[in-house]
Amino acid sequence: MQFDSISEFFNMGGYAFYVWLAYGVTFFSLGTLVVMSVRQKRKVLVEIAKKIQREERLKETRSTK
Amino acid sequence: MWKWLHSYADPERAYKLSSTLLPWFATLAIAFIGIGTIWGLGFAPTDYQQGDSYRIIFIHVPAASMSMAAYMGMATCSFIGLVWQIKSADWAAASIAPIGAVITFIALVTGATWGKPMWGTWWVWDARLTSELVLLFLYLGVISLYASFEDKVLAARAAGILAIVGVINIPIIKYSVDWWSSLHQPSTIRITEKSTMSTDMLYPLLINIFGFGLMIAAITLVRFRSEILARNGMRPWVRELAKAEGVK
Amino acid sequence: MKKGISYTQAFGTLLKRDLQIAVRHRGDIFNPLLFFVLVVTLFPLGIGPEPQVLTRVAPGIIWVAALLASMLSLERLFKADYVDGSLEQMLLSPQPLPLMVLAKVLAHWILTGVPLILVAPLLAVLLHLDTNSYGALIATLALGTPVLSLLGAIGVALTVGLRKGGVLLSLLILPLYIPVLIFATSAIDAAGMNLPYDGQLAIIGAMLIGSLTLAPFAIGASLRVSTN
Repeated sequence: MQFDSISEFFNMGGYAFYVWLAYGVTFFSLGTLVVMSVRQKRKVLVEIAKKIQREERLKETRSTK
Repeated sequence: MWKWLHSYADPERAYKLSSTLLPWFATLAIAFIGIGTIWGLGFAPTDYQQGDSYRIIFIHVPAASMSMAAYMGMATCSFIGLVWQIKSADWAAASIAPIGAVITFIALVTGATWGKPMWGTWWVWDARLTSELVLLFLYLGVISLYASFEDKVLAARAAGILAIVGVINIPIIKYSVDWWSSLHQPSTIRITEKSTMSTDMLYPLLINIFGFGLMIAAITLVRFRSEILARNGMRPWVRELAKAEGVK
Repeated sequence: MKKGISYTQAFGTLLKRDLQIAVRHRGDIFNPLLFFVLVVTLFPLGIGPEPQVLTRVAPGIIWVAALLASMLSLERLFKADYVDGSLEQMLLSPQPLPLMVLAKVLAHWILTGVPLILVAPLLAVLLHLDTNSYGALIATLALGTPVLSLLGAIGVALTVGLRKGGVLLSLLILPLYIPVLIFATSAIDAAGMNLPYDGQLAIIGAMLIGSLTLAPFAIGASLRVSTN
Protein backbone atom coordinates (compact mmCIF):
# COMPACT_ATOMS: atom_id res chain seq x y z
CA MET A 1 0.00 0.00 0.00
CA GLN A 2 1.33 3.36 -1.04
CA PHE A 3 -0.64 5.26 1.58
CA ASP A 4 -0.10 5.07 5.32
CA SER A 5 -3.72 5.29 6.40
CA ILE A 6 -7.20 5.15 4.98
CA SER A 7 -7.79 8.87 5.49
CA GLU A 8 -4.61 9.59 3.58
CA PHE A 9 -5.82 7.32 0.80
CA PHE A 10 -9.04 9.29 0.53
CA ASN A 11 -7.15 12.55 0.66
CA MET A 12 -5.05 11.57 -2.40
CA GLY A 13 -2.23 13.91 -1.51
CA GLY A 14 -4.55 16.91 -1.61
CA TYR A 15 -6.05 16.07 -4.98
CA ALA A 16 -9.01 14.19 -3.49
CA PHE A 17 -11.67 16.22 -5.27
CA TYR A 18 -10.23 15.78 -8.76
CA VAL A 19 -9.23 12.14 -8.46
CA TRP A 20 -12.50 11.04 -6.89
CA LEU A 21 -14.51 13.18 -9.26
CA ALA A 22 -12.82 11.50 -12.22
CA TYR A 23 -13.27 8.02 -10.83
CA GLY A 24 -16.79 8.79 -9.68
CA VAL A 25 -17.95 10.08 -13.05
CA THR A 26 -16.28 7.15 -14.81
CA PHE A 27 -17.82 4.41 -12.74
CA PHE A 28 -21.17 6.17 -12.51
CA SER A 29 -21.48 6.52 -16.28
CA LEU A 30 -20.19 2.99 -16.90
CA GLY A 31 -22.63 1.66 -14.34
CA THR A 32 -25.52 3.51 -15.96
CA LEU A 33 -24.49 2.16 -19.34
CA VAL A 34 -24.29 -1.42 -18.06
CA VAL A 35 -27.63 -1.21 -16.25
CA MET A 36 -29.36 0.27 -19.29
CA SER A 37 -27.80 -2.32 -21.61
CA VAL A 38 -28.85 -5.19 -19.37
CA ARG A 39 -32.39 -3.87 -19.00
CA GLN A 40 -32.69 -3.42 -22.74
CA LYS A 41 -32.94 -7.17 -23.31
CA ARG A 42 -35.79 -7.60 -20.87
CA LYS A 43 -37.61 -4.64 -22.41
CA VAL A 44 -37.31 -6.13 -25.88
CA LEU A 45 -38.56 -9.53 -24.70
CA VAL A 46 -41.53 -7.98 -22.87
CA GLU A 47 -42.43 -6.05 -26.00
CA ILE A 48 -42.30 -9.16 -28.16
CA ALA A 49 -44.35 -11.10 -25.61
CA LYS A 50 -46.99 -8.35 -25.61
CA LYS A 51 -47.11 -8.48 -29.38
CA ILE A 52 -47.61 -12.23 -29.31
CA GLN A 53 -50.43 -11.88 -26.79
CA ARG A 54 -52.10 -9.26 -28.95
CA GLU A 55 -51.87 -11.51 -31.97
CA GLU A 56 -53.35 -14.41 -30.04
CA ARG A 57 -56.24 -12.32 -28.78
CA LEU A 58 -56.88 -11.17 -32.33
CA LYS A 59 -56.93 -14.76 -33.50
CA GLU A 60 -59.37 -15.74 -30.76
CA THR A 61 -61.83 -12.99 -31.54
CA ARG A 62 -61.69 -13.89 -35.19
CA SER A 63 -62.28 -17.57 -34.61
CA THR A 64 -65.21 -17.01 -32.26
CA LYS A 65 -66.97 -14.81 -34.78
CA MET B 1 -10.93 -19.86 -45.58
CA TRP B 2 -13.46 -17.70 -43.78
CA LYS B 3 -16.43 -19.91 -44.63
CA TRP B 4 -16.74 -21.19 -41.08
CA LEU B 5 -17.43 -17.64 -39.93
CA HIS B 6 -20.48 -17.32 -42.15
CA SER B 7 -22.57 -19.66 -40.08
CA TYR B 8 -22.38 -17.11 -37.27
CA ALA B 9 -24.26 -14.63 -39.42
CA ASP B 10 -27.31 -16.66 -38.51
CA PRO B 11 -28.99 -14.66 -35.72
CA GLU B 12 -29.72 -17.64 -33.52
CA ARG B 13 -26.15 -18.92 -33.59
CA ALA B 14 -24.80 -15.42 -33.07
CA TYR B 15 -27.11 -15.02 -30.09
CA LYS B 16 -26.04 -18.33 -28.57
CA LEU B 17 -22.36 -17.63 -29.19
CA SER B 18 -22.57 -14.24 -27.52
CA SER B 19 -24.47 -15.77 -24.61
CA THR B 20 -21.67 -18.26 -24.02
CA LEU B 21 -18.95 -15.64 -24.46
CA LEU B 22 -20.57 -12.99 -22.28
CA PRO B 23 -19.82 -14.44 -18.81
CA TRP B 24 -16.16 -14.89 -19.72
CA PHE B 25 -15.75 -11.37 -20.99
CA ALA B 26 -17.72 -9.89 -18.10
CA THR B 27 -15.76 -11.76 -15.42
CA LEU B 28 -12.40 -11.00 -17.00
CA ALA B 29 -13.32 -7.34 -17.49
CA ILE B 30 -14.39 -6.92 -13.87
CA ALA B 31 -11.26 -8.73 -12.69
CA PHE B 32 -8.89 -6.71 -14.84
CA ILE B 33 -10.46 -3.33 -14.13
CA GLY B 34 -10.72 -4.19 -10.44
CA ILE B 35 -7.08 -5.19 -10.16
CA GLY B 36 -5.84 -2.34 -12.33
CA THR B 37 -7.85 0.32 -10.53
CA ILE B 38 -7.01 -0.86 -7.00
CA TRP B 39 -3.36 -1.23 -7.93
CA GLY B 40 -3.34 2.16 -9.60
CA LEU B 41 -5.19 3.97 -6.82
CA GLY B 42 -3.64 2.33 -3.82
CA PHE B 43 -0.33 0.72 -4.65
CA ALA B 44 1.29 2.52 -7.56
CA PRO B 45 3.98 4.95 -6.36
CA THR B 46 3.22 8.65 -6.16
CA ASP B 47 4.48 10.66 -9.12
CA TYR B 48 7.24 13.00 -8.02
CA GLN B 49 6.01 15.83 -10.27
CA GLN B 50 2.25 15.54 -10.25
CA GLY B 51 1.68 14.01 -6.85
CA ASP B 52 -1.33 11.80 -6.54
CA SER B 53 -3.39 13.61 -9.17
CA TYR B 54 -1.66 11.54 -11.82
CA ARG B 55 -3.72 8.54 -10.65
CA ILE B 56 -6.44 9.72 -13.02
CA ILE B 57 -4.20 8.32 -15.76
CA PHE B 58 -5.37 4.79 -14.91
CA ILE B 59 -8.82 5.51 -16.30
CA HIS B 60 -8.11 8.44 -18.59
CA VAL B 61 -5.62 6.73 -20.88
CA PRO B 62 -7.62 3.49 -21.23
CA ALA B 63 -10.77 5.47 -22.02
CA ALA B 64 -9.00 7.70 -24.52
CA SER B 65 -7.26 4.88 -26.36
CA MET B 66 -10.35 2.68 -26.36
CA SER B 67 -12.58 5.48 -27.66
CA MET B 68 -10.66 5.46 -30.95
CA ALA B 69 -10.47 1.66 -31.02
CA ALA B 70 -14.21 1.37 -30.49
CA TYR B 71 -14.84 3.73 -33.40
CA MET B 72 -12.61 1.65 -35.64
CA GLY B 73 -14.44 -1.46 -34.50
CA MET B 74 -17.80 0.12 -35.21
CA ALA B 75 -16.71 1.30 -38.64
CA THR B 76 -15.30 -2.14 -39.48
CA CYS B 77 -18.62 -3.74 -38.54
CA SER B 78 -20.52 -1.18 -40.63
CA PHE B 79 -18.22 -1.84 -43.57
CA ILE B 80 -18.79 -5.59 -43.34
CA GLY B 81 -22.51 -4.97 -43.03
CA LEU B 82 -22.58 -2.66 -46.05
CA VAL B 83 -20.36 -4.70 -48.37
CA TRP B 84 -21.36 -8.28 -47.59
CA GLN B 85 -24.88 -7.44 -46.39
CA ILE B 86 -24.36 -9.33 -43.15
CA LYS B 87 -27.02 -8.05 -40.80
CA SER B 88 -25.31 -9.27 -37.65
CA ALA B 89 -22.45 -6.88 -38.42
CA ASP B 90 -24.91 -4.00 -38.66
CA TRP B 91 -26.36 -4.90 -35.29
CA ALA B 92 -22.90 -5.11 -33.79
CA ALA B 93 -22.10 -1.64 -35.10
CA ALA B 94 -25.33 -0.31 -33.64
CA SER B 95 -24.45 -1.85 -30.29
CA ILE B 96 -20.95 -0.38 -30.18
CA ALA B 97 -21.96 3.23 -30.92
CA PRO B 98 -23.49 4.17 -27.52
CA ILE B 99 -20.66 2.44 -25.66
CA GLY B 100 -18.08 4.35 -27.66
CA ALA B 101 -19.88 7.60 -26.93
CA VAL B 102 -19.85 6.92 -23.19
CA ILE B 103 -16.16 5.97 -23.27
CA THR B 104 -15.34 9.15 -25.19
CA PHE B 105 -17.33 11.16 -22.67
CA ILE B 106 -15.36 9.54 -19.85
CA ALA B 107 -12.08 10.35 -21.58
CA LEU B 108 -13.17 14.00 -21.85
CA VAL B 109 -14.34 14.32 -18.25
CA THR B 110 -11.30 12.62 -16.77
CA GLY B 111 -9.10 14.75 -19.00
CA ALA B 112 -10.79 17.86 -17.63
CA THR B 113 -10.47 16.77 -14.00
CA TRP B 114 -6.81 16.02 -14.59
CA GLY B 115 -6.28 19.30 -16.39
CA LYS B 116 -7.71 21.42 -13.57
CA PRO B 117 -5.06 20.57 -10.94
CA MET B 118 -2.21 20.28 -13.46
CA TRP B 119 -2.85 23.09 -15.93
CA GLY B 120 -5.11 25.20 -13.73
CA THR B 121 -8.09 25.03 -16.09
CA TRP B 122 -10.82 22.54 -16.83
CA TRP B 123 -10.53 22.85 -20.55
CA VAL B 124 -7.83 23.87 -22.96
CA TRP B 125 -8.11 23.77 -26.72
CA ASP B 126 -5.40 21.20 -26.79
CA ALA B 127 -5.13 19.04 -29.87
CA ARG B 128 -5.98 15.80 -28.13
CA LEU B 129 -8.90 17.22 -26.19
CA THR B 130 -10.32 18.88 -29.26
CA SER B 131 -10.11 15.80 -31.45
CA GLU B 132 -11.65 13.75 -28.66
CA LEU B 133 -14.54 16.23 -28.57
CA VAL B 134 -14.97 15.91 -32.32
CA LEU B 135 -14.96 12.13 -31.95
CA LEU B 136 -17.81 12.45 -29.44
CA PHE B 137 -19.78 14.49 -31.98
CA LEU B 138 -19.18 11.83 -34.62
CA TYR B 139 -20.45 9.13 -32.27
CA LEU B 140 -23.53 11.19 -31.42
CA GLY B 141 -24.18 11.73 -35.12
CA VAL B 142 -24.09 8.00 -35.80
CA ILE B 143 -26.34 7.26 -32.83
CA SER B 144 -28.96 9.85 -33.68
CA LEU B 145 -28.95 8.92 -37.35
CA TYR B 146 -29.53 5.29 -36.40
CA ALA B 147 -32.29 6.31 -34.02
CA SER B 148 -34.14 8.53 -36.49
CA PHE B 149 -34.91 5.85 -39.07
CA GLU B 150 -38.00 3.74 -38.43
CA ASP B 151 -36.75 0.91 -40.61
CA LYS B 152 -33.69 -0.38 -38.82
CA VAL B 153 -32.22 -2.07 -41.90
CA LEU B 154 -32.06 1.33 -43.59
CA ALA B 155 -30.95 2.94 -40.34
CA ALA B 156 -27.98 0.59 -40.11
CA ARG B 157 -26.99 1.30 -43.69
CA ALA B 158 -27.25 5.07 -43.27
CA ALA B 159 -25.35 5.03 -39.99
CA GLY B 160 -22.79 2.72 -41.59
CA ILE B 161 -22.13 5.13 -44.44
CA LEU B 162 -21.70 7.93 -41.93
CA ALA B 163 -19.34 5.84 -39.80
CA ILE B 164 -17.18 5.05 -42.82
CA VAL B 165 -17.14 8.69 -43.94
CA GLY B 166 -16.11 9.48 -40.37
CA VAL B 167 -13.23 7.01 -40.51
CA ILE B 168 -11.85 8.68 -43.61
CA ASN B 169 -12.21 12.02 -41.87
CA ILE B 170 -10.80 11.12 -38.46
CA PRO B 171 -7.13 11.20 -39.57
CA ILE B 172 -7.74 14.44 -41.45
CA ILE B 173 -9.49 16.01 -38.47
CA LYS B 174 -6.82 14.72 -36.12
CA TYR B 175 -4.05 16.06 -38.28
CA SER B 176 -5.70 19.42 -38.81
CA VAL B 177 -6.42 19.85 -35.11
CA ASP B 178 -2.84 18.90 -34.23
CA TRP B 179 -1.55 21.41 -36.71
CA TRP B 180 -4.01 24.06 -35.59
CA SER B 181 -3.10 23.76 -31.92
CA SER B 182 0.62 23.79 -32.62
CA LEU B 183 -0.05 27.03 -34.45
CA HIS B 184 -2.15 28.63 -31.74
CA GLN B 185 -0.43 27.33 -28.64
CA PRO B 186 3.26 27.99 -28.17
CA SER B 187 3.61 24.73 -26.23
CA THR B 188 3.04 26.13 -22.78
CA ILE B 189 0.98 23.18 -21.73
CA ARG B 190 1.95 19.60 -22.04
CA ILE B 191 1.18 16.56 -20.02
CA THR B 192 4.53 15.54 -18.61
CA GLU B 193 4.68 12.12 -20.09
CA LYS B 194 7.95 10.51 -19.32
CA SER B 195 8.97 8.13 -22.02
CA THR B 196 10.24 5.74 -19.41
CA MET B 197 7.38 5.14 -17.07
CA SER B 198 8.27 3.10 -14.04
CA THR B 199 6.92 -0.41 -14.27
CA ASP B 200 4.94 0.01 -11.05
CA MET B 201 2.88 2.64 -12.86
CA LEU B 202 2.93 0.96 -16.24
CA TYR B 203 1.53 -2.43 -15.22
CA PRO B 204 -1.72 -1.19 -13.67
CA LEU B 205 -2.15 1.09 -16.66
CA LEU B 206 -1.75 -1.76 -19.14
CA ILE B 207 -4.04 -3.95 -17.07
CA ASN B 208 -6.68 -1.24 -17.13
CA ILE B 209 -6.32 -0.64 -20.87
CA PHE B 210 -6.83 -4.35 -21.43
CA GLY B 211 -9.68 -4.36 -18.95
CA PHE B 212 -11.44 -1.49 -20.69
CA GLY B 213 -11.17 -3.38 -23.97
CA LEU B 214 -12.71 -6.46 -22.38
CA MET B 215 -15.42 -4.36 -20.79
CA ILE B 216 -16.34 -2.76 -24.11
CA ALA B 217 -16.51 -6.24 -25.62
CA ALA B 218 -18.73 -7.45 -22.77
CA ILE B 219 -21.17 -4.52 -22.97
CA THR B 220 -21.20 -4.87 -26.75
CA LEU B 221 -22.23 -8.50 -26.35
CA VAL B 222 -25.03 -7.50 -23.97
CA ARG B 223 -26.36 -4.89 -26.38
CA PHE B 224 -25.75 -7.12 -29.38
CA ARG B 225 -27.97 -9.81 -27.88
CA SER B 226 -30.89 -7.46 -27.30
CA GLU B 227 -30.35 -5.98 -30.76
CA ILE B 228 -30.62 -9.48 -32.27
CA LEU B 229 -33.81 -10.12 -30.32
CA ALA B 230 -35.34 -6.78 -31.28
CA ARG B 231 -34.63 -7.27 -34.99
CA ASN B 232 -35.80 -10.88 -35.12
CA GLY B 233 -39.04 -10.55 -33.19
CA MET B 234 -40.95 -12.64 -35.73
CA ARG B 235 -38.69 -15.70 -35.61
CA PRO B 236 -39.94 -18.76 -33.74
CA TRP B 237 -36.93 -19.08 -31.44
CA VAL B 238 -37.23 -15.45 -30.32
CA ARG B 239 -40.95 -15.90 -29.74
CA GLU B 240 -40.25 -18.96 -27.62
CA LEU B 241 -37.77 -16.96 -25.60
CA ALA B 242 -40.23 -14.09 -25.21
CA LYS B 243 -42.96 -16.45 -24.05
CA ALA B 244 -40.59 -17.95 -21.50
CA GLU B 245 -38.98 -14.76 -20.19
CA GLY B 246 -40.94 -11.78 -21.40
CA VAL B 247 -44.27 -12.36 -19.64
CA LYS B 248 -44.51 -10.43 -16.42
CA MET C 1 -35.51 6.00 -75.78
CA LYS C 2 -33.86 4.99 -79.00
CA LYS C 3 -30.34 5.82 -78.14
CA GLY C 4 -28.68 6.34 -74.75
CA ILE C 5 -27.31 9.80 -74.09
CA SER C 6 -23.65 10.31 -73.31
CA TYR C 7 -22.35 11.06 -69.84
CA THR C 8 -21.54 14.64 -70.78
CA GLN C 9 -25.06 15.15 -72.05
CA ALA C 10 -26.59 13.69 -68.94
CA PHE C 11 -24.37 15.84 -66.74
CA GLY C 12 -25.18 18.97 -68.74
CA THR C 13 -28.91 18.30 -68.80
CA LEU C 14 -29.13 17.79 -65.07
CA LEU C 15 -26.97 20.84 -64.35
CA LYS C 16 -29.11 23.00 -66.61
CA ARG C 17 -32.31 21.68 -65.11
CA ASP C 18 -31.21 22.42 -61.56
CA LEU C 19 -30.03 25.90 -62.46
CA GLN C 20 -33.28 26.64 -64.24
CA ILE C 21 -35.36 25.50 -61.30
CA ALA C 22 -33.32 27.66 -58.95
CA VAL C 23 -33.61 30.71 -61.18
CA ARG C 24 -37.38 30.32 -61.01
CA HIS C 25 -37.29 30.18 -57.22
CA ARG C 26 -34.98 33.08 -56.55
CA GLY C 27 -35.58 33.04 -52.82
CA ASP C 28 -33.61 29.83 -52.57
CA ILE C 29 -30.51 31.62 -53.79
CA PHE C 30 -30.96 34.84 -51.88
CA ASN C 31 -32.06 33.59 -48.48
CA PRO C 32 -28.83 31.77 -47.58
CA LEU C 33 -26.90 34.76 -48.85
CA LEU C 34 -28.98 37.08 -46.73
CA PHE C 35 -28.42 34.78 -43.77
CA PHE C 36 -24.67 34.95 -44.38
CA VAL C 37 -24.70 38.75 -44.41
CA LEU C 38 -26.93 38.95 -41.34
CA VAL C 39 -24.82 36.59 -39.25
CA VAL C 40 -21.71 38.55 -40.11
CA THR C 41 -23.36 41.86 -39.16
CA LEU C 42 -24.43 40.42 -35.82
CA PHE C 43 -20.87 39.81 -34.72
CA PRO C 44 -19.69 43.43 -34.48
CA LEU C 45 -22.87 44.20 -32.54
CA GLY C 46 -22.05 41.35 -30.20
CA ILE C 47 -18.35 41.85 -29.60
CA GLY C 48 -17.96 45.59 -30.08
CA PRO C 49 -16.90 47.77 -32.99
CA GLU C 50 -13.15 48.13 -32.25
CA PRO C 51 -11.36 47.68 -35.58
CA GLN C 52 -8.41 45.81 -34.05
CA VAL C 53 -10.66 43.19 -32.49
CA LEU C 54 -12.68 42.83 -35.67
CA THR C 55 -9.57 42.48 -37.80
CA ARG C 56 -8.39 39.71 -35.54
CA VAL C 57 -11.62 37.71 -35.65
CA ALA C 58 -12.80 38.56 -39.18
CA PRO C 59 -11.51 35.39 -40.92
CA GLY C 60 -13.14 33.19 -38.33
CA ILE C 61 -16.45 35.05 -38.46
CA ILE C 62 -16.66 35.02 -42.24
CA TRP C 63 -15.81 31.34 -42.44
CA VAL C 64 -18.12 30.23 -39.66
CA ALA C 65 -20.93 32.23 -41.26
CA ALA C 66 -20.09 30.62 -44.59
CA LEU C 67 -20.28 27.15 -43.03
CA LEU C 68 -23.67 27.90 -41.51
CA ALA C 69 -25.01 29.47 -44.69
CA SER C 70 -23.91 26.56 -46.82
CA MET C 71 -25.48 24.15 -44.34
CA LEU C 72 -28.72 26.09 -44.38
CA SER C 73 -28.90 26.03 -48.15
CA LEU C 74 -28.03 22.34 -48.39
CA GLU C 75 -31.48 21.27 -47.27
CA ARG C 76 -32.99 22.08 -50.62
CA LEU C 77 -30.38 20.07 -52.54
CA PHE C 78 -32.41 16.88 -52.75
CA LYS C 79 -35.60 17.71 -50.85
CA ALA C 80 -37.81 18.96 -53.69
CA ASP C 81 -36.65 16.19 -55.99
CA TYR C 82 -37.30 13.66 -53.29
CA VAL C 83 -40.80 14.96 -52.62
CA ASP C 84 -41.93 15.06 -56.25
CA GLY C 85 -40.28 11.74 -57.10
CA SER C 86 -37.77 12.94 -59.68
CA LEU C 87 -34.97 11.76 -57.43
CA GLU C 88 -36.20 8.21 -57.81
CA GLN C 89 -36.34 8.64 -61.56
CA MET C 90 -32.74 9.76 -61.40
CA LEU C 91 -31.74 6.69 -59.43
CA LEU C 92 -33.48 4.44 -61.93
CA SER C 93 -31.87 6.03 -64.98
CA PRO C 94 -29.06 4.15 -66.74
CA GLN C 95 -26.54 6.94 -66.16
CA PRO C 96 -24.10 6.37 -63.27
CA LEU C 97 -25.43 7.85 -60.07
CA PRO C 98 -22.19 9.50 -58.87
CA LEU C 99 -22.11 11.51 -62.10
CA MET C 100 -25.66 12.75 -61.67
CA VAL C 101 -25.01 13.57 -58.05
CA LEU C 102 -21.92 15.52 -59.03
CA ALA C 103 -24.02 17.57 -61.45
CA LYS C 104 -26.51 18.37 -58.72
CA VAL C 105 -23.79 19.34 -56.25
CA LEU C 106 -22.10 21.51 -58.86
CA ALA C 107 -25.38 23.28 -59.54
CA HIS C 108 -25.84 23.78 -55.84
CA TRP C 109 -22.36 25.21 -55.48
CA ILE C 110 -22.88 27.62 -58.41
CA LEU C 111 -26.08 28.83 -56.79
CA THR C 112 -24.88 29.19 -53.21
CA GLY C 113 -21.09 29.02 -53.14
CA VAL C 114 -20.36 31.50 -55.88
CA PRO C 115 -22.64 34.28 -54.54
CA LEU C 116 -20.97 33.74 -51.17
CA ILE C 117 -17.55 34.29 -52.71
CA LEU C 118 -18.81 37.44 -54.45
CA VAL C 119 -20.27 38.95 -51.29
CA ALA C 120 -17.39 37.99 -49.00
CA PRO C 121 -15.07 40.92 -49.93
CA LEU C 122 -17.84 43.36 -49.08
CA LEU C 123 -18.25 41.81 -45.65
CA ALA C 124 -14.49 41.78 -45.23
CA VAL C 125 -14.56 45.55 -45.64
CA LEU C 126 -17.19 45.82 -42.93
CA LEU C 127 -15.06 43.72 -40.61
CA HIS C 128 -11.83 45.66 -41.32
CA LEU C 129 -10.04 42.62 -42.67
CA ASP C 130 -6.36 43.17 -43.41
CA THR C 131 -5.92 44.39 -46.96
CA ASN C 132 -3.33 41.66 -47.54
CA SER C 133 -5.86 38.99 -46.72
CA TYR C 134 -8.39 39.64 -49.48
CA GLY C 135 -6.69 37.36 -51.96
CA ALA C 136 -6.44 34.58 -49.40
CA LEU C 137 -10.09 35.05 -48.43
CA ILE C 138 -11.29 34.67 -52.02
CA ALA C 139 -8.91 31.79 -52.70
CA THR C 140 -9.90 29.81 -49.61
CA LEU C 141 -13.59 30.40 -50.25
CA ALA C 142 -13.20 29.37 -53.89
CA LEU C 143 -11.44 26.14 -52.94
CA GLY C 144 -13.27 25.51 -49.69
CA THR C 145 -16.96 26.05 -50.46
CA PRO C 146 -17.07 23.18 -53.02
CA VAL C 147 -15.70 20.91 -50.29
CA LEU C 148 -18.49 22.12 -48.01
CA SER C 149 -21.09 21.40 -50.68
CA LEU C 150 -19.70 17.92 -51.36
CA LEU C 151 -19.38 16.87 -47.72
CA GLY C 152 -22.69 18.44 -46.83
CA ALA C 153 -24.41 16.61 -49.67
CA ILE C 154 -23.51 13.32 -47.96
CA GLY C 155 -25.34 14.46 -44.84
CA VAL C 156 -28.31 15.73 -46.82
CA ALA C 157 -28.51 12.50 -48.80
CA LEU C 158 -28.60 10.55 -45.54
CA THR C 159 -31.34 12.67 -43.98
CA VAL C 160 -33.48 13.51 -47.01
CA GLY C 161 -36.05 10.83 -46.20
CA LEU C 162 -36.46 11.96 -42.61
CA ARG C 163 -39.03 14.42 -41.44
CA LYS C 164 -36.88 16.16 -38.82
CA GLY C 165 -33.65 16.13 -40.74
CA GLY C 166 -32.61 19.76 -40.16
CA VAL C 167 -31.08 19.60 -36.71
CA LEU C 168 -29.65 16.15 -37.35
CA LEU C 169 -27.95 17.47 -40.47
CA SER C 170 -25.87 19.95 -38.48
CA LEU C 171 -24.77 17.22 -36.08
CA LEU C 172 -23.73 15.02 -38.97
CA ILE C 173 -21.77 17.43 -41.11
CA LEU C 174 -20.39 20.21 -38.93
CA PRO C 175 -17.69 17.90 -37.45
CA LEU C 176 -16.66 17.03 -40.99
CA TYR C 177 -16.28 20.72 -41.82
CA ILE C 178 -13.66 21.32 -39.13
CA PRO C 179 -10.52 20.70 -41.26
CA VAL C 180 -11.69 23.11 -43.94
CA LEU C 181 -12.41 25.77 -41.34
CA ILE C 182 -9.02 25.33 -39.68
CA PHE C 183 -6.96 25.55 -42.83
CA ALA C 184 -9.01 28.31 -44.43
CA THR C 185 -8.85 30.65 -41.45
CA SER C 186 -5.18 29.98 -40.88
CA ALA C 187 -4.44 30.75 -44.53
CA ILE C 188 -6.24 34.09 -44.16
CA ASP C 189 -4.41 34.77 -40.90
CA ALA C 190 -1.07 33.97 -42.52
CA ALA C 191 -1.85 36.25 -45.41
CA GLY C 192 -2.70 39.03 -42.96
CA MET C 193 0.78 38.72 -41.47
CA ASN C 194 2.39 38.74 -44.93
CA LEU C 195 3.40 35.11 -44.57
CA PRO C 196 3.13 32.58 -47.40
CA TYR C 197 -0.15 30.70 -47.31
CA ASP C 198 0.16 28.45 -50.35
CA GLY C 199 0.70 25.44 -48.08
CA GLN C 200 -2.75 25.80 -46.50
CA LEU C 201 -4.27 26.42 -49.92
CA ALA C 202 -2.61 23.26 -51.21
CA ILE C 203 -4.14 21.27 -48.35
CA ILE C 204 -7.61 22.69 -49.01
CA GLY C 205 -7.06 21.87 -52.67
CA ALA C 206 -6.15 18.32 -51.71
CA MET C 207 -9.33 18.08 -49.65
CA LEU C 208 -11.27 19.34 -52.66
CA ILE C 209 -9.77 16.70 -54.94
CA GLY C 210 -10.29 14.01 -52.33
CA SER C 211 -13.92 14.87 -51.68
CA LEU C 212 -14.55 15.37 -55.40
CA THR C 213 -13.51 11.78 -56.10
CA LEU C 214 -14.91 10.03 -53.01
CA ALA C 215 -17.97 12.03 -51.96
CA PRO C 216 -20.12 11.32 -55.07
CA PHE C 217 -19.98 7.61 -54.32
CA ALA C 218 -20.92 8.17 -50.68
CA ILE C 219 -23.73 10.52 -51.74
CA GLY C 220 -25.00 7.97 -54.25
CA ALA C 221 -24.98 5.18 -51.69
CA SER C 222 -26.75 7.41 -49.16
CA LEU C 223 -29.43 8.35 -51.67
CA ARG C 224 -30.08 4.70 -52.37
CA VAL C 225 -30.57 4.16 -48.65
CA SER C 226 -32.84 7.17 -48.24
CA THR C 227 -35.14 6.43 -51.16
CA ASN C 228 -35.54 2.78 -50.30
